[in-house]
Amino acid sequence: MMGYLSVSLQPRAVNVDLQTDATLQVDISDALSERDKVKFTVHTKSTLPNFKQSEFSVVRQHEEFIWLHDSFVENEDYAGYIIPPAPPRPDFDASREKLQKLGEGEGSMTKEEFTKMKQELEAEYLAIFKKTVAMHEVFLCRVAAHPVLRKDLNFHVFLEYNQDLSVRGKNKKEKLEDFFKNVVKSADGVLVAGVKDVDDFFEHEKTFLLEYHNRVKDASAKSDRMIRSHKSTHTTALLRILLHHYAYYCTTTAPLRILLFFLKVSELFEKTRKIEARVAADEDLKLADLLKYYLRESQAAKDLLYRRGRALVDYENANKALDKARAKNRDVLQAETSQQLCCHKFEKISESAKQELIDFKTRRVAAFRKNLVELAELELKHAKGNLQLLQSCLSVLKGDT
Amino acid sequence: AQETQLFSLVPAVRNPQKSSDLPVSSSSTSLPMFRNKTFSVRRRFSDFLGLYEKMSVKSSLHGCVIPPPPEKSVMGMTKVKVGKDDPSSAEFLERRRAALERYLQRVVCHPLLLQDPDVREFLEKEELPRAVNTQALSGAGFLKMINKASDAVNKMTIKMNESDTWFEDKLQEVESEEQQLRKLHAVVDSLVNHRKELCGNTAVFAKSMAMLGNSEDNTALSRALSQLAEVEDKMEQLHQEQAASDFFIFAELLADYIRLLGAVRGCFDQRMRAWQRWQEAQSTLQKKREAEAKLLWANKPDKLQQAKEEITEWEAKVTQYERDFDRIGVTVRKEVLRFEEEKAKDFKGQIVKYLESMLQSQQRLIKFWEAFLPEAKAIA
Repeated sequence: MMGYLSVSLQPRAVNVDLQTDATLQVDISDALSERDKVKFTVHTKSTLPNFKQSEFSVVRQHEEFIWLHDSFVENEDYAGYIIPPAPPRPDFDASREKLQKLGEGEGSMTKEEFTKMKQELEAEYLAIFKKTVAMHEVFLCRVAAHPVLRKDLNFHVFLEYNQDLSVRGKNKKEKLEDFFKNVVKSADGVLVAGVKDVDDFFEHEKTFLLEYHNRVKDASAKSDRMIRSHKSTHTTALLRILLHHYAYYCTTTAPLRILLFFLKVSELFEKTRKIEARVAADEDLKLADLLKYYLRESQAAKDLLYRRGRALVDYENANKALDKARAKNRDVLQAETSQQLCCHKFEKISESAKQELIDFKTRRVAAFRKNLVELAELELKHAKGNLQLLQSCLSVLKGDT
Repeated sequence: AQETQLFSLVPAVRNPQKSSDLPVSSSSTSLPMFRNKTFSVRRRFSDFLGLYEKMSVKSSLHGCVIPPPPEKSVMGMTKVKVGKDDPSSAEFLERRRAALERYLQRVVCHPLLLQDPDVREFLEKEELPRAVNTQALSGAGFLKMINKASDAVNKMTIKMNESDTWFEDKLQEVESEEQQLRKLHAVVDSLVNHRKELCGNTAVFAKSMAMLGNSEDNTALSRALSQLAEVEDKMEQLHQEQAASDFFIFAELLADYIRLLGAVRGCFDQRMRAWQRWQEAQSTLQKKREAEAKLLWANKPDKLQQAKEEITEWEAKVTQYERDFDRIGVTVRKEVLRFEEEKAKDFKGQIVKYLESMLQSQQRLIKFWEAFLPEAKAIA
């Protein structure tokens, strides 16, 4: 039913307040949704000498974004930064299923009902599509805005290389390896979290992030559930009642004023239903998506703290090894070198991590402010719209008796 | 003049303070036939059923659409007797109170019923003897009773042949509308449930937002998140009230009319029965005449006198039943038209009420978000 969908979009960083820098600007200028994949057109404008041209575009798929993200995570040099969270996989399954069910049930409803439902479901599909594009775009913008990551070679290849990066999805073995890595990480995470930090700043951040992340996770899940209920509670039901009654009255010899009454109220509910749908969509965009994004970002921040914690443990172990070596007077130079390396690594990470966490807070506060203000403004706009419709309808209805 | 009379008596039903007490029916009126301007009496639920029973058997009211009383719900009542103080039993009490009130309002709206002495007694008399014979009503329920009677009528072998198709057409309309309303009632039921679900989910979300606000270390943002949690809490209340509105305004309206349409069907059945009685009397008369003819031929003068008397008796009955049938036909026609007008007014009134409640909802929503907006803007 949905062959493919092509949408041209405005560049728009939804959940982050990023400076647009003339030296490197990245956006997703176009996107195409096919049967089982989405193709993003990544458009770059740059004054940097690294690129062959000043403006160019390539087509990328989701897997290539993941490859880029993972390459950052695996790069030891970036251990001291918050790696921008990877965009979630485009998921149209639920929407496609609904459209398919609609197609199957076409015979059992009126043409008008069918057309209306189809329009609704197509709008839903389009909304999901726009969201996934926005999330992929935000990832790229975050990378482009980061003073160090923007210089990454893989990133430049991603932006410029106009052939397929041939990054097939991870095979089973690699996925298993990842799984075990994560298991070890979380076990370690528990260990590391237990160690009290000398530095007050990091001690505070650790406590804060652990709690914050859990609460964002909870809020995100609950907002999803609430918005899903909101979507299914339209006055569609009441609209159907009125339309049926109206249709019934049309078959009897009811006076004209009664028919007009029901017609007016049906029209009203048709309009308020559209507004209600918009309210649910806006709540989804401004609230649910915001929470989802900061769930991923706070995880990335936690990962940074973990890496620093690991570096601290390595540093402390190197210290112990050095003491032992000195005591035995064996391999002292080796132990000294090792200890210096660990110290240097730990200090480097700590320095950049501090700045990263401060930036994270700034970004977070700005994003929440922007979205909460916009949410409130939209809720007001819709409520006032509804109010106006109801007032004018009621004045007409009451005047008519 | 008709209009002013309709609103000259306003009945209301209040729930008792204690669950062991009886509901109170109060009325205020300007009609001269009542002793006082306002009066209150205590009535048992079975009294309401008893009133219906009395009205439904009066031949003077045959053909009239007599409003059916609310169903007796055994489960709900048991909870109240046990003294359970949870919201569902409060809801049940309110639902029943409102239903009893609507029932009385419909009764007094009917010009014939308002004149009825049993109705007046119900409204005015201090103590009413306990109603008997309400088993059929309270046990099987009103619609089951109507349907049973309907089936009995349909089983009778003599079928009516009507030159005027008005009755046949109207009955079909009534039956199809009843089916429509049933479907719609199911739709409203599911809407009410969805809204209750939304309520629950909103409350849960509000709590999680409050928690998030607590752990946020930027002061202004933390405050704003707590405020948002409060707004969501207020939204939950709004949803709750909207659900009640959906239910009390729409679901109950539909339920009432499903049963009222059953009552309308009942009138048509009464007319059928009147016709059948007339037909049976005619065939009995015919048999009596044949018997008389046989006696004449057999030359039995003493039995002949009795036969002639029986013929006169049955001739009178035939005339009477024909008149009854015509009268009931006229009544049914008038009643159906009156009923349709009442129904249109009722639906319109309820819809307007619903829209007004929606309007209030939106006004409150606007207040909540207007209070929140400056908090959001103050985040720094």
